[in-house]
Amino acid sequence: MNESSNGVAGADGALAVSMRDVTKVYQMGEVEVHALRGVSVDLEVGGFMVLLGPSGSGKSTLLNILGGLDVPTSGQVLYRGQDLTRADEGELTQYRRRRVGFVFQFYNLIPSLTARENVELVTEISEDPLPAPEALDIVGLADRSSHFPSQMSGGEQQRVAIARAIAKRPDILLCDEPTGALDITTGIQVLEALERVNREYGATTAIITHNAAIATIADRVISLADGRISRQHVNETRAAASTIQW
Amino acid sequence: MIRALDRKLLRDLWRVRSMGLAIAMVVASGIALLVASLICFDSLETTRDRYYARNEFGDVFANAKRVPRWVAGSLDELPGVDRVDTRVVAGVTLDVEGTSEPVNGRLISLPDSGRPVLNGITLRSGRWPDPGRAEEAIVNERFAQGHGLALGDQVFAVINGRRQRLEIVGTALSPEYVYAIAGGDLLPDPTRFGVFWMARRHLATAFDMEGGFNDISLSLAEGAAPEPAIVELDRLLEPYGGLGAIPRAQQISHWYLQNELTGLRGMALLMPMIFLGIAAFLLNVVLRRMVAVQREQIAVLKAMGYSNLRLGLHFTQWAMVVSVLGGVLGIALGALMSAGMLGLYMEYFRFPDLIIRWSWGHILGALLACGAASVLGAAAAVKSVVKLPPAEAMRPAAPDSFQVSLLERLGLRRWLTQPLRMVLRNLSRRPARAAMSVIGIAFSASIMVLASAAMDSFEELMQLQFNVVQRQDVTVTFFEPEGRAAFYELASVPGVIEVEPLNGASVRLRNGHRNRQVGIQALQPDARLQRVVGADYQPVRFDRAGLILSRKLAEVLAVEPGDTLRVEALQGTRPERDMVVSATVDDLMGVSAYLEPEALQRFLSDTATLSGAALGIDPAARDSVYAALKGMPVVAGVALQHAMLENFETFVAENVNNQLAINLLFAMVIAFGVIYNTARISLSERSRELASMRVMGFTRAEIGVVLFGELAILTAAAIPVGLALGYSMLAGMVAAYETELFRMPLVAEPATFAWSSAAVVVAMGLSAAVVRRKLNRLDLVEVLKTRE
Ligand SMILES: Nc1ncnc2c1ncn2[C@@H]1O[C@H](COP(=O)(O)OP(=O)(O)OP(=O)(O)O)[C@@H](O)[C@H]1O
Ligand SMILES: [Mg+2]
Repeated sequence: MNESSNGVAGADGALAVSMRDVTKVYQMGEVEVHALRGVSVDLEVGGFMVLLGPSGSGKSTLLNILGGLDVPTSGQVLYRGQDLTRADEGELTQYRRRRVGFVFQFYNLIPSLTARENVELVTEISEDPLPAPEALDIVGLADRSSHFPSQMSGGEQQRVAIARAIAKRPDILLCDEPTGALDITTGIQVLEALERVNREYGATTAIITHNAAIATIADRVISLADGRISRQHVNETRAAASTIQW
Repeated sequence: MIRALDRKLLRDLWRVRSMGLAIAMVVASGIALLVASLICFDSLETTRDRYYARNEFGDVFANAKRVPRWVAGSLDELPGVDRVDTRVVAGVTLDVEGTSEPVNGRLISLPDSGRPVLNGITLRSGRWPDPGRAEEAIVNERFAQGHGLALGDQVFAVINGRRQRLEIVGTALSPEYVYAIAGGDLLPDPTRFGVFWMARRHLATAFDMEGGFNDISLSLAEGAAPEPAIVELDRLLEPYGGLGAIPRAQQISHWYLQNELTGLRGMALLMPMIFLGIAAFLLNVVLRRMVAVQREQIAVLKAMGYSNLRLGLHFTQWAMVVSVLGGVLGIALGALMSAGMLGLYMEYFRFPDLIIRWSWGHILGALLACGAASVLGAAAAVKSVVKLPPAEAMRPAAPDSFQVSLLERLGLRRWLTQPLRMVLRNLSRRPARAAMSVIGIAFSASIMVLASAAMDSFEELMQLQFNVVQRQDVTVTFFEPEGRAAFYELASVPGVIEVEPLNGASVRLRNGHRNRQVGIQALQPDARLQRVVGADYQPVRFDRAGLILSRKLAEVLAVEPGDTLRVEALQGTRPERDMVVSATVDDLMGVSAYLEPEALQRFLSDTATLSGAALGIDPAARDSVYAALKGMPVVAGVALQHAMLENFETFVAENVNNQLAINLLFAMVIAFGVIYNTARISLSERSRELASMRVMGFTRAEIGVVLFGELAILTAAAIPVGLALGYSMLAGMVAAYETELFRMPLVAEPATFAWSSAAVVVAMGLSAAVVRRKLNRLDLVEVLKTRE
């Protein structure tokens, strides 16, 4: 839908987020854990990126920094030219509130709220949100809107989480292993939902996965190893989610 | 439209409703006490002030032996004086039909024309006496009720040995006798003390007061201090046997009323603070647990862009809802309680009408107090919400770090089963929380101790007074100091087994600007009936020359043994002399100065000093002794030991048991609130491990040990702390209640401690039973499936 979706990194497409030489060091008492050791990544507007890498390689850390959940130890993160590393807690909150949608591996729905109410949790604090039923419709759960998380399967819960993430019409959609706990069919359903949001609403999307097969639906694939980018790869054509071989 | 976050709030509230309810009950108890005390305080104060104002209750009171009428004119000139009322007032013994006992009466003159200038009486039934008729009198309502006297009934006053008929034409209330208590009594006894108002002319004739008066009341101009008027009044009355003027603050009925109001205000402050403090602690524990459980939810909400403020508010709201619910419940409960309390007060304090006052400011204050408690309780939880970094929360909480507990390190390890070790490690991992739980439970025990030990102390005061200090059956007081003849007359009454003279005189003790008017008593070193007893319950020995003072009196006058006091007699030739204070004595009722009999005799030179006598009588001859006493002209008052004891027992039965039940209830609410919440939190924290243990094959009883072992240890630790705390609170209260009228000994019966401990244990059993049901319903699959 966007020219840059076929382009290479740093090409003429406008940048949603750009990271420069980002490092992240966790201080664990005596020990320093280097989760990121100088990573530079650009996310073009409307792009679909997949992050691969072994466990502990720093994927979640990267995503959290992109989403304003965490701040880097050094380096720079620019969102449309605005420096997130200089933002204070209030500004980061506003950034997350207005721009970012998150989908987590363990769904993280509020157990005491129904599917629809979980989505409303977001629509109520957003400026121009999708109506909650519409968001649920996009992920194919219109008929489950009054169900509580405990009454839904894992895949359904994950799709509610996606509906919740997209309902605010985010600029950036960040998903940490959204299919990690799901079987093939449900995983594909979830990916289709993400794909659709990326395509129809133009949300810049980044997905963490352990499953290399999923990489085929992205237009850019970044592999992390030990806190560094070990490989970058641009797909000439994006495969449809439904065609993925698990 | 309810917002999604608020809906979460509502459902959270519902899910932990039992904990919320337990906390709300604690809040409700505190607020109920607060509101009830405040309503009582406001109502009684307003009622009193209006009553005083409407009936023009005096500001300064004095009496003298006999003051000629012309002196009245100069009373107006005293500094700050607005209005003056002079009366004839006489203490008499009464002969009431249906009672063989001599009853104490007070006759008060009414002006021959018009109504009293000050201390107006409020007619409750009947009419005013006809000034032309000597026998017509108005009686105080309580006495009429106590004896079932109706209009037209008669009683007899013994005046100068003659029975004078009084016909009741009306009943009334007076601001002077709101608390109608005879001097020397601890509790008002409606049947033992009657006040009669009758035409001045006849009263004056009977008591040789024609052209004179013996009682003065003054009202002061607004803002005028009583002291200057008192000084001048004393000087003015001195030639006429003035006995020292007192300000309203020392007027006996007012003093008791004021004391009660002060107590109410203390209760309105202290008890609710304890309750709300405990509620705040419980809210804190529950909320912190809630935040811990909802760690990931909070992180998600943060990731979505909910601000710290909004989320902090979310948890504060939970606390708010709980405490405001408790507050509203408490206000309603308090309003109900206040009706009951006021009813009781009206039994003892007599007002023509009760003005119920209930200030919105106070209600608002109560709700604000709840709000403050909830904010306080939520603060720590909110802080941890704010501190929670959204990114880190996305990973499961690190397993809590545990240590081998101290007991185990001390070598007890071998003896501890695995579940017991878990209990010990759980406790030692969160020592602060364990300590808070102990304190919370301890408070519930302390409230019980305080409530029932206060009663123990009061009872001890009574026992001491009646069995150790005053061992006589009857105490007789004379109108005026008498000589030996009166003593022999009493001794010769058939049925009187033992007589002990009570020698004393009215004096004023002066130390610089401090002074007190007291009775100086001479007690025989070998006294068997009326004795002076110190804190060690041993009779004080009069082997030293000089003045012995009640400790309280020494405090008031700021003297210590070795200091010198100016002693001014208020009778006879009014001699004055400096005397050295040789010792103080820890007596419990009233304040007195004691002197060795001969020293007293020397001080007063030839004046008679026999002010009364203590009698031991043959129970079989009671009625004839009473009859003889009623007929003796010198007798002004008769106090009966058995009547005082019975009155006290009635008082205990009517009030104390109620009070005890209420306190027991409140203590149980606190104990249950604390223990139940502690248990529920443990259950929630441990449901995973408990479920795992069940999966491994532990029985319900075995996993019960983990949960209830912790409770049992906390409770066991809390009980001694609570008992000690209650005892020290009692000590504080006894010290605070020390007055010139009485001092309570510090006593707590073993039964009190046993009861208090039992109440806490019962509360623990109840909580354990409720939690046990939840434990039994623990769904193993469900618990293990979810990610903690
Ligand atoms: N709060 C933290 N404190 C200390 N170390 C941390 C913290 N968070 C992450 N780390 C460390 O940083 C490194 C990168 O972690 P990260 O969660 O980004 O890995 P990941 O690639 O997402 O792994 P996975 O695929 O297992 O989710 C790891 O070594 C991890 O142990
Ligand atoms: Mg990860």
